[in-house]
Amino acid sequence: MVKVLIPSGALGISVDPDALERGLQMQPDIIAIDGGSTDSGPHYLGTGTCKYSRASVKREWRLLMLARARLGVPLLIGTAGTCGTDSMVDWLLDITREIAAEEGQSLRVAALYCSQDTGAVAQSFAGGAVSALPGAPEISAKTITDCSNIVALAGAEQIRAALATGAEIVIAGRSTDTAVIAALPLARGCHPGGAWHGAKIGECGALATNNPASGSILIEFDDEGFTVQPTGEGVLATPTTVFAHMLYENTDPFILYEPGGHLDVTEATYQPVNGNSVRVQGSVWNPDARYTVKLEGAQMAGYQTASLVLVRDRRYVGAITQWIQQLQATFEQREGDNISGDYTLEFRLIGANATLGGLETQVEGAHEIGVLSIITAPTQQSANDIAKLLNPYLLHYALTPNEPMPTFAFPFSPPEMDRGALHEFVLNHVLELADPMDAFRLEVKEIGA
Amino acid sequence: MSLVQDIRSKNAGPFWITIDVFCADAAAFARLNSALTTAMVAQALNADLARVQRFDIAALNVIKFSAPREVVQGSRADRDMHGASYAVLIKELVDAL
Repeated sequence: MVKVLIPSGALGISVDPDALERGLQMQPDIIAIDGGSTDSGPHYLGTGTCKYSRASVKREWRLLMLARARLGVPLLIGTAGTCGTDSMVDWLLDITREIAAEEGQSLRVAALYCSQDTGAVAQSFAGGAVSALPGAPEISAKTITDCSNIVALAGAEQIRAALATGAEIVIAGRSTDTAVIAALPLARGCHPGGAWHGAKIGECGALATNNPASGSILIEFDDEGFTVQPTGEGVLATPTTVFAHMLYENTDPFILYEPGGHLDVTEATYQPVNGNSVRVQGSVWNPDARYTVKLEGAQMAGYQTASLVLVRDRRYVGAITQWIQQLQATFEQREGDNISGDYTLEFRLIGANATLGGLETQVEGAHEIGVLSIITAPTQQSANDIAKLLNPYLLHYALTPNEPMPTFAFPFSPPEMDRGALHEFVLNHVLELADPMDAFRLEVKEIGA
Repeated sequence: MSLVQDIRSKNAGPFWITIDVFCADAAAFARLNSALTTAMVAQALNADLARVQRFDIAALNVIKFSAPREVVQGSRADRDMHGASYAVLIKELVDAL
């Protein structure tokens, strides 16, 4: 039997100290937490940076490091620093060193590196070892070499190798959300279907309970299945909250693909036990003959400058689409010669269709419209220059030739907001490996006093 | 009374969107099982009908749809980083039934 405590859905959001304490009293065999996801967009992978503040990550990581020291069990994080690049593994390693020094801890830390050499991935692509997943964009070798970062998602095998070093703390780069939870139960011979299914249920902490904000959850794995136990006071896991979590961020609620195979929960049964917990059995793990890991890659797609102008005049609000079309046509006609290089200019009408664009079905008029202009160009300088050329039109463009010059509302000076580089996700592919460690590097470091 | 308790949409990775329709009860589930067609959802999302996956899960009174994202999450033309607003379109379809 293996008990895995998941203190929260992601390091940096918040760890509830009371729920954590109750979880620790359940004597877990390991504390496992996720550190990231693609969900906040391509910027983080593109730049190799973390979404959360260093201060909040350090505060929560300190709580977990102190909990680990008290219990004498391993502490494991996957997808360090939102995107799980090597730079983010080293970033969290630095934070770990600081805390170790401040708390007087000496530790063995295993770092699992998941960043990929783009040239090597391009070679694998040429050799046929990279294949597309459903919905993947068309790619070429150049798509791969143009990526600023590519990571491979570690599965249970690589996490298990990191744990096998005897490390007290494992800092893993990009990993599947489930692998960090499933690795120890699998290593200790628990039911494989149960290990992966329980890991999926636990990946977002208490999200699989009736009180998602309560943070922590404990999953107890054995040789037939698993039991979900909330750690928050008065929090309930029910068959419905547990089963419903299979829906979450998952295209198919019964099948989950992982490195080395897939989980099938079609026949799983969910039984309430002990008043607040749920017992799950009947999940099936289907190993695959090929061993593949998923790749994520982001590349730079230009630089952006945005500006926002507010339109409150009823006549202009009523004719906003016509106004913006005329404005854009006049701008392109008059300023075209002043702009060199490719660029795009997009207007999003806040109050009309900014959220849904062409999918919007509502036509009710708003009383004011925010016009968000987004310019994307090859350099920040050129994007900013184009936004400055556009500025007088946004300020004064008149709907008809024979009317007093209108003036619209800019909330900021300067109105141009340089957004920096735009990154885009370009890979939705898997890489076939002869040995699971082939695309990963494992380093063991002794740190602290 | 609304036929649904909640509808949520979310990215399932950067290339897919998934929408969970939590029906109010078994009767609402039975009604939406036939009245909320996959074709209606595909049209609302401007998605290729052949690529929209549908799961009717009676045990949860949930109908789930998954479709390739019209624009990749966070790419130049994307307007909704987490894809959560697509749920509004489906809610409006249900409310109009």
